[in-house]
Amino acid sequence: MKTMVVVDAHETAGFWRQYVFSTDHKMIAKQYLAISAFMALVGGLLSYLIRSQLAWPEKPVTGWGFVGPDAYNAFVTMHGTIMVFFVAMPLLLGAMGNFLIPLMVGAPDMAFPRLNRLSVWTLFVASIVLLSSFFVPGGASPAGWTGYVPLSDVPAYTGAFWGINLWLVALALEFASFLMGGVNFLTTAINMRAPGMTLWRLPLIVWMQVSASVIFLLSVGPLIAGAVMLFLDRTFHTGFFVPGKGGDPLLWEHLFWFFGHPEVYVVALPGFGAMLEIFSVFSRKPVFGYRTIVYSTIAAGFLSFVVWAHHMFVSGMDPRLAAPFSVTTILISVPFAIIVFAMVATLWRGSISFETPMLFALGGLATFIVGGVTGIFLGSEAADIYFHGTYFVVAHFHYTLFPTVIFGGFAAIYYWYPKMFGRMMNDALGKLHFWLTLVFFNVVFIPLFLLGIGGAPRRVYTFEAYNFLKPLQPLNVIATYAAIFLLLAQLPFLVNFAWSLARGKVAGRNPWHANTLEWTTDSPPPHGNFDLQPVVYRDPYEYSLPDSSEDWLPQSQPAAPAVAAAAD
Amino acid sequence: MLSWLPQNVSTFGGSVDSTIRLIYYIVGAWFLATEGLLLYFVLRYRRKQGRRAFYKRAETIRQAAWVLIPAAIVLCLDLSIDASGASTWRKVKETLPSNAVQVEVTAQRFAWLFTYPGPDGKFGTPDDVTILGELHVPAGKPVELIMRSRDVIHSLFIPDFRFRQDVVPGRTIDAWFEATRPGSYELGCSELCGDAHFDMRGTVIVHDAGDYASWLRKTWRSAPAAVQNLSGAAKKG
Amino acid sequence: MSSTASVLTRNNPHNGKIQSVPIGKIAIWWFLASEMMVFGGLIASYVLLRIHNGGWAGQAAHVRWQLGTLNTAVLLTSSLTMALAVSASRQDKLRRTAVFLGLTVLLGVAFLCVKGVEYTGELREGFTPASGLFWSFYYGMTGLHALHVTGGVVANLTFLVMAVRGDLWTGKQRRLEYAGLYWHFVDVVWIFLFPLLYLS
Repeated sequence: MKTMVVVDAHETAGFWRQYVFSTDHKMIAKQYLAISAFMALVGGLLSYLIRSQLAWPEKPVTGWGFVGPDAYNAFVTMHGTIMVFFVAMPLLLGAMGNFLIPLMVGAPDMAFPRLNRLSVWTLFVASIVLLSSFFVPGGASPAGWTGYVPLSDVPAYTGAFWGINLWLVALALEFASFLMGGVNFLTTAINMRAPGMTLWRLPLIVWMQVSASVIFLLSVGPLIAGAVMLFLDRTFHTGFFVPGKGGDPLLWEHLFWFFGHPEVYVVALPGFGAMLEIFSVFSRKPVFGYRTIVYSTIAAGFLSFVVWAHHMFVSGMDPRLAAPFSVTTILISVPFAIIVFAMVATLWRGSISFETPMLFALGGLATFIVGGVTGIFLGSEAADIYFHGTYFVVAHFHYTLFPTVIFGGFAAIYYWYPKMFGRMMNDALGKLHFWLTLVFFNVVFIPLFLLGIGGAPRRVYTFEAYNFLKPLQPLNVIATYAAIFLLLAQLPFLVNFAWSLARGKVAGRNPWHANTLEWTTDSPPPHGNFDLQPVVYRDPYEYSLPDSSEDWLPQSQPAAPAVAAAAD
Repeated sequence: MLSWLPQNVSTFGGSVDSTIRLIYYIVGAWFLATEGLLLYFVLRYRRKQGRRAFYKRAETIRQAAWVLIPAAIVLCLDLSIDASGASTWRKVKETLPSNAVQVEVTAQRFAWLFTYPGPDGKFGTPDDVTILGELHVPAGKPVELIMRSRDVIHSLFIPDFRFRQDVVPGRTIDAWFEATRPGSYELGCSELCGDAHFDMRGTVIVHDAGDYASWLRKTWRSAPAAVQNLSGAAKKG
Repeated sequence: MSSTASVLTRNNPHNGKIQSVPIGKIAIWWFLASEMMVFGGLIASYVLLRIHNGGWAGQAAHVRWQLGTLNTAVLLTSSLTMALAVSASRQDKLRRTAVFLGLTVLLGVAFLCVKGVEYTGELREGFTPASGLFWSFYYGMTGLHALHVTGGVVANLTFLVMAVRGDLWTGKQRRLEYAGLYWHFVDVVWIFLFPLLYLS
């Protein structure tokens, strides 16, 4: 039985139907983009407050005022929660996944358009709930984004009764939203592919999106169970995590990190996917080792479920567990090393041009390598005794998430903007944005590595508390100035984004001469995406085929002489 | 970069540092090689008139070997890091030296309490002595910490000893270190425990063996008053 | 690639799609997989804490295993009637489908009633969710399960109304099949909860 996608009559729909309650995956993608952009502003403001307090402790923050220890902890908690769950996931999975998967597999829309609309609206409600927690009595949750119990469990420890309850509700809604989104990703990628679009012809970013969704699905369940237990502890005075009532605080750590570590890959993989697409297009070369990358992704997905306890080496769990988890953790560097090497090898003997998307993708790769190698220190149980809970950890995970989410995300926005809005973004402004972002990002976080090596514990309100930290204070000041400039460096992007909507050069269907299906339709694509059902004849990265006069060959172009050569 | 590490004054600190150093050199080399190659490719293969990209998909194992062989080397180096880390870990976390000086550590928001047995040498008797925020230990002798928390999770962190251990309510966790040099070193909490988490710190005072014995005797003599004051202060703090 | 030709001949390029598994089936399995991980997390937590603590047998002795056994029988029977309803719908037997769906709904409601009797009895004896870790798990896990049963009853009721009104046949049998999968899942969860909570 064929299941036809419900395509509403869109052109005749009114404003609400077209822009707000749309079921069109492209409009939903834009809604995700808007949510993540707004939340990124909030998260960025929080980072400004956090960094200002650290550089100039207990002085009023310009434009805000005094930040007390409780507010500081709440800002740190909310910064983490917002950036991971309300910026990274909506941007990389929500916006990119929604926009690209149907277009790239040659489908008119997602498999379940109404479920898609429900998932973006659930995320919207989750965002409102989370933001409202700033304004309830007791303020937002100050228990850390990891929500370790019993700090987050017993209201008396934080005073944030409603803050933490709302935090839990917001996370639960967010999880529900992305579980619903994931159904669409998987079903669409499996079932809605155009004729000829075999699994091995899917663009890598589709593989990455689907892998990320499956990893999310399989890892989040136990944390949902944990969140239910925590909620019952807080509201019905059960004792799941309260030692006095027989509960165990380490249980929460296990449940949290069983999800928390795979979550890193949930946001990293789509970022890698965007970079791979862009590397191939801008070096006019096939991705090096397509299948090797797919197998590595799957292997990393499996491994990601058996590494969580490396967050708990010094937690008081049985120390004999440390060595096996250290082995699995360090092993997971192998599939990621393969992906990174494949990216580098894709550039080898390419014909590389440096438009803004390519710069962001290259910058993402170059900085991700730092995040990757520093992870080894934390994956080794012995080195982790020292580095655990220091600024080294903070610097490390910013060096993994910033490259994939922010560099990868910007690369994707600059690359697919013409498809999304029909116009090109300004390349000069884009390049300015890139270089400022690259430089200031590194100037923020290299000092944090040094602070961590110096032993500075994270989540500390002021470094003045410790004598051994006082000499390190100049590093904090440098990092804070750089963070302010990093935030300001996003202004050219905002200007560029808004200006290009109205004044950008009209893009045409395929401004980058790329092969994948989304470039064969109008920019922006009409409702229903394709005038004619596209048919796929070849792999997605057939650039610079030796026998062909053009250096690109779209997936949907019927048999050309070059196909025979491409076959093996 | 590693010159930013604080001094090391514990017996196992050297092993931790040597694992850190091993990782530093291995990943440092990879970092330089990968970034170098990346930079070289980007410059060398930038777009030029009349030069076409090299069509290479690397679908065969032979071609993919260009990335698989480096990955295999990564795997071998990973295993060497694992081996070094595991042996350090066994020494630090999986063995407790016998003949250690025992101290009970109680963490509570936002203070560290250190309890010594009285002259009877036993914990849990009325002559125990509890001190707020100061951990006195002898140099050159292993010290066993018997760690408990009264409220939330804390983590005892002594950077100069490369010592870190979470303290979990509902559990008793044993840990140890052996300081090599007399002096005064900072300790702190490295697990978020509430609004004054940043202020939950203290000092380790390492005496040489003779001084430690006389310090202990002196503390026993003044003990009753000290306990009163200190437990009162801890509750307020 | 050699597979190209066969794919193209199998699928008419202008209306065909690669449709190996119906999209609804993928979706329901996705949903059930996420549910399994949630209940799996709860059950694993229960088992770990119970091994760790050991002292729960006293609390567990107060559970009414007779009612639990009865409920197991009720739920297993309802799985059977659900399966019969689904197979009747496949053979286009409208009345038979309605009858078995009605039985399933009744059994589901019966399960919830028995559960309610259990809860009130236990609460009257003073065992609340806060009375101890066993009771926390007992109320938490059976409560979450009861919510799922309620959801299933509502879904089955909707299909029952459809069947009675005679509009279950416009491509909706497949949805009944998915409701059946869900109902069996709820049953399977109970099969795990019953021995863990009532028999140990």
